[in-house]
Amino acid sequence: MRLAAAARLWGPPGLLLTFALHPALCLRPARTAAPPHRDYCVLGAGPAGLQMAYFLQRAGRDYAVFERAPRPGSFFARYPRHRRLISINKRHTGKANAEFNLRHDWNSLLSHDPQLLFRHYSRAYFPDAGDMVRYLGDFADRLRLRVLYNTTIAHVTLDKDRQAWNGHYFILTDQTGQAHRCSVLLVATGLWVPNQVDFPGSEHVEGYESVSVDPKDFEGQNVLILGRGNSAFETAENILGVTNFIHMLSRSRVRLSWATHYVGDLRAINNGLLDTYQLKSLDGLLESDLTDLAVVKDHEGKFHITLKFFLEESNQSADAITLPQDDNDNFAMRVAYDRVIRCLGWKFDFSIFNKSLRLSSSGEFSKKYPLVKASYESKGSRGLFVLGTASHSVDYRKSAGGFIHGFRYTVRAVHRLLEHRHHHVPWPSTEHPISQLTNSIVRRVNEASGLYQMFSVLADVILLKENATAFEYLEEFPMQMLAQLETITGRKAQHGLFVINMEYGRNFSGPDKDVFFYDRSVGHTEDAWQSNFLHPVIYYYRHLPTEQEVRFRPADWALPRPTAIHHIVEDFLTDWTAPVGHILPLRRFLENCLDTDLRSFYAEAMKVGAAPLIITGLAAVTRQK
Amino acid sequence: MMSSSFNIFRVGISVVIMCIFYKSAVDSLSELSPQKYFSTLQPGKASLAYFCQADSPRTSIFLEELNEAITPLQDYGISVAKVNCVKEETSRYCGKEEDLMKAYLFSALLFNEVKYITTLEDLQNIENALKGKANIAFSYVRAIGTPEHRAVMEAAFVYGTTYQFVLTTETALLESIGNEDIENAHLYFFHCKQVLDLTLQCRRTLMEQPLTTLNIHQFIKTMEAPLLTEVTEDPQQVSTVHLQLGLPLVFIVSQQATYEADRRTAEWVAWRLLGKAGVLLLLRDSLEVDIPQHSNVIFRRAEEGVPVEFLVLDDIDSLISHVESNVHIEEIQEDEDEDTKSPNMDVQDDEVAETVYRDRKRPLPLELTVELTEETFNTTVVASDSIVLFYAGWQAVSMAFLQSYIDLAIKLKGTSTMLLTRVNCADWSDLCTKQNVTEFPVVKMYKEGKNPVSYVGMLGTEDLLKFIQLSRISCPVNITSVQEAEEYLSGELYKDLISYSSVSVLGLFSPNMTTAKEDFTEAGNYLKGYAITGIYSEEDVLILSDKYAATLPALLLSRHKEGKIESIPLANSHAQDIIQIITNALLETFPEITVENLPIYLRLQKPLLILFSDGSINPQYKKAILMLVKEKHLDSLTPCWLNLKNTPVGRGILQSYFDTMPPLPLLVVVNLHSGGQVFAFPSDQAITEQNLLLWLKKLEAGLENHITILPAQEWKPPLPAYDFLSMMDAAASQHPTRKDPECTKEMDVQENDKKQHEDKSAIIKEPIETLRIKHWNRSNWFKEGEKSFRHDNKEL
Repeated sequence: MRLAAAARLWGPPGLLLTFALHPALCLRPARTAAPPHRDYCVLGAGPAGLQMAYFLQRAGRDYAVFERAPRPGSFFARYPRHRRLISINKRHTGKANAEFNLRHDWNSLLSHDPQLLFRHYSRAYFPDAGDMVRYLGDFADRLRLRVLYNTTIAHVTLDKDRQAWNGHYFILTDQTGQAHRCSVLLVATGLWVPNQVDFPGSEHVEGYESVSVDPKDFEGQNVLILGRGNSAFETAENILGVTNFIHMLSRSRVRLSWATHYVGDLRAINNGLLDTYQLKSLDGLLESDLTDLAVVKDHEGKFHITLKFFLEESNQSADAITLPQDDNDNFAMRVAYDRVIRCLGWKFDFSIFNKSLRLSSSGEFSKKYPLVKASYESKGSRGLFVLGTASHSVDYRKSAGGFIHGFRYTVRAVHRLLEHRHHHVPWPSTEHPISQLTNSIVRRVNEASGLYQMFSVLADVILLKENATAFEYLEEFPMQMLAQLETITGRKAQHGLFVINMEYGRNFSGPDKDVFFYDRSVGHTEDAWQSNFLHPVIYYYRHLPTEQEVRFRPADWALPRPTAIHHIVEDFLTDWTAPVGHILPLRRFLENCLDTDLRSFYAEAMKVGAAPLIITGLAAVTRQK
Repeated sequence: MMSSSFNIFRVGISVVIMCIFYKSAVDSLSELSPQKYFSTLQPGKASLAYFCQADSPRTSIFLEELNEAITPLQDYGISVAKVNCVKEETSRYCGKEEDLMKAYLFSALLFNEVKYITTLEDLQNIENALKGKANIAFSYVRAIGTPEHRAVMEAAFVYGTTYQFVLTTETALLESIGNEDIENAHLYFFHCKQVLDLTLQCRRTLMEQPLTTLNIHQFIKTMEAPLLTEVTEDPQQVSTVHLQLGLPLVFIVSQQATYEADRRTAEWVAWRLLGKAGVLLLLRDSLEVDIPQHSNVIFRRAEEGVPVEFLVLDDIDSLISHVESNVHIEEIQEDEDEDTKSPNMDVQDDEVAETVYRDRKRPLPLELTVELTEETFNTTVVASDSIVLFYAGWQAVSMAFLQSYIDLAIKLKGTSTMLLTRVNCADWSDLCTKQNVTEFPVVKMYKEGKNPVSYVGMLGTEDLLKFIQLSRISCPVNITSVQEAEEYLSGELYKDLISYSSVSVLGLFSPNMTTAKEDFTEAGNYLKGYAITGIYSEEDVLILSDKYAATLPALLLSRHKEGKIESIPLANSHAQDIIQIITNALLETFPEITVENLPIYLRLQKPLLILFSDGSINPQYKKAILMLVKEKHLDSLTPCWLNLKNTPVGRGILQSYFDTMPPLPLLVVVNLHSGGQVFAFPSDQAITEQNLLLWLKKLEAGLENHITILPAQEWKPPLPAYDFLSMMDAAASQHPTRKDPECTKEMDVQENDKKQHEDKSAIIKEPIETLRIKHWNRSNWFKEGEKSFRHDNKEL
């Protein structure tokens, strides 16, 4: 437009120029104006997508959720196949504190509506997946979240534009060819592409996604299950009583979630097969790399396990293929199987994202996840955030970020980040006088659910004011982004800070550890740093750590080396309010960090015969004393 | 979840030691059933009973100690019994080991028998009150909850009815009675009972042994024994309580001729040896046994079978030193195992937390206040005018204040329309957040369920009462007639309220001054609960403005105490300015500073000009200062005075300014906000207007020297914290490489042994270090385990 205006000043010769420029000028707006624009586009109306929609809606943002199915939570409409969720639905804790109760509610999403708690949807401790579908539907409806159902986003590309918030727009194309332009793209598509291992004969293998769930179909059969996750065990559990035997084959040893305290590992509710295996029944577990295997179907339609290597060396008919037992007559899988079932989990669908988005996988150990930063933003393109199960690469096998009870908090953290980045709303915080320091910490470690569920991923941050007379309290900040705290939150950290985290003992748990060893709990406050069970840890920094310090922190450390550290001793009841066992050592720690006295006093002590009055903190009178 | 590892010592602390009245005196630890035990109780006899579950193994260490204490305790007439609670037992003293509730109730009673004091003045008051009546056992302990503290409390249980027990933790108080050894606990016995002349001080005897339960019993027993006994028997045959306590006897040999002088000498000696030996006066004339001619003192040791010593001593000092050098006090060690070596960081030194913990089993009459929940909150505060206390059940200040709140409820019972309610934010976290409560405790007043007013005063019954009373009237009150305005100004209208606020504020406006009225109303709302404000804007407002010479819009300030009404013009004053004007008006020009009002005056950020006075202020001084105020010479200062009688902490303040207590009255300028210098008005000058003015001028010109500078930050941490970081470092450095697990393990053990050895020398200094090593071996093993399976984790 400016060009056109200037051209007019040049007089008649310019007219031509204007004319020539006109199509060029119009072309751009025409091309970009055509697709409807939204500030925020959310892909997927599963739990994470709806959770983000809730926060965007509450903040009054311009957003839309794209969902290919007609209702929310389509994954749960199909999975788990045997319909029993393994996320606990604890309806009673003996406490009224709603925030605390979320520590033991693994299914609800966060909202202001107490009716939208999962305990109103199911009475079962391990609820039915159908209830989850119903819950997610209600969540979207009751809160009037803007979800475009039956809209399949087939392709996502970038459109560079300097005007855009992030220097580019995301162009989403749906199944009808309709494009949608978005400033920020929030990918909450989950992991839904079944993992397949390519080996000769893999076409004979049935997938978890389609295998029969009717035990009758397995009556008197020999079954081989590939995989060792919860879906594999869930499948086995269902047919344990009707098969001849079940063999389970996977690359890695079984990991029990009660030994690893990672909820993605095998849950006790599914481990019936382990029980029978160890009690000398016919079922059993085997370890081998699946990519070395081959499945051969014989003339009776039974399946034999052999090695890919044998197939490569000869080109024989099915019945003549070398089998391992030919050389090694006690080979474990020498029996013929009636069925081979693949239960290898799911991976992220990378296919819809154009290369320009540079959305790559997270590397060798977590190929199934897209690569993101600790802020859940893609490393490849600014403004693209991955939410929900697909964001689990941040805390894979460590915390709960891949599950509803974890990612509902990381989604909130992403929303807070966005609010500051694009709308100048600083990270929410409360400001208190320093006399409330101990209280603030005690309150949070005793009730905060985000800290508890997303332990060692989200942490509370206390930013001290000048001279440590007051402080700001920020909740649930992604702790690996600590160095960038000022830019992410819009808060100042010039005068020192505390980070409140929850941690397990460093050497407590692991796939093969005896987590029930005698003397596993620590009772003495002076041994608190050796606590094994989840307990609060408070880091004190005089200065905000730098990015380098965070990245090159010592191994096993959740954060860089602090100026001082405090562990609140583990507690059997996870109730850290004991005056001498918990609060007193915490106060001493805070006092010594700040070099001050945080005790409360009775004014009575100074005035004979008066009613008890309490001067908390740094009342001036005591300074004179 | 993990299982909780119980540790015996913790239980030991909270263990029941109850003294009840009990008659039987058996030699070994008698084990009784509760019925049997209570059936044998009789008033007048002390007994120590330990209630436990019959088959509990955890308490065995404690029981062993109890067993050992039986014989010594019986010497004091206290019998010891263990009461077995069998499972089906329903006696109220029995109960699960974990809760031992009834036992705590007993100890709560105990606290009433001990007075906590903080100043010398407190001590003197108690001393004066008890002269001629009772003796005092005064003890200093470093902190509440120390073993010494427990020992004193246990003694108080037994002797609390006979002696007044007084306790302090103030080092300054100990120093002020001449004891510099603030590191250790001390116990003094004040012999006040025989002091009949109130001007005399009570004699004091310092207990020299460490403060253990048995030592205190022993000490008090010797205090109870007659100071001086006259005997005429063979010194070998005499028996007094001292011998039973393992103390020697000193016989002063006397004869008829020198009896009077000897008795005086003996008394003198007895006082000197009190608590160390028994002193007796032996009349040689009436004695049948032979004693050497020249010997004037006979010394008999407590041990049996040791022959008496006949001594010839020239003066009292040599007698005393002879006794002291020969006294062997058998120190009965109590179970101190962990307490003595740890730096006692676990000792509660927050007095609020300590008292709350102490009283945690004392039921509060909570039914006087209504407990609100998320469901009932909104309907309640809408239905009736309510005061809501937001607190957290785990927070000490909250719980201490809850006590005051209940006291208030008792006071207001049946007299107030205001509903007293409470919300426990530990349960209703969301509700508290919604009500903008982010700290504890918070008091808010809800009228018609809206615009809650937060209470910001002191957390005490009196101040909160004042707030509630002043909030009864609307703020500002709408005054409708000149007559009513006059009643309002005279204090007649709200007679019952002017004791809570000595100033009534009346805003005068013409009916058309809408903005000014709005500003004033806003200011009034803001000051709700803290001031009495009224508004008058009828047509005849000029009658009032003329009478009080006020230009509309104006404020009339009626100071009820002084009976004065002044007017302040309000033209173009915004709400904020009006609030400032009224707040300033509520301040006195020359207030008596108290603990409660000091923060308000400090908020003015000016140096304090304080007149310290022992009792009421001399009217002449007051006049002089008021005159200076009037002439605006004191505008840069906050003039005030402090009555040491009302505010004894003033004494401590003076002591920190001067090293010794200066003569009173005394004028001081304290520059708290910048620099911290303290200047004292020369005590040789009379406090007159001229002298003061001259001195202040010099001060201003920088010609006066300060007497002291208050350190900028005196609030240091009372005790260190656990240094977990260095413990972790130490653990890590002990574990540098882990190539060969077997070998490393062995090496570690050796290293640990060595380290442990080295640490022994520094055991007092760094006790945690040793603890750490004790636990280290354990965690060592896990690291090994983790290492060998780490590659496993990386797969998949």
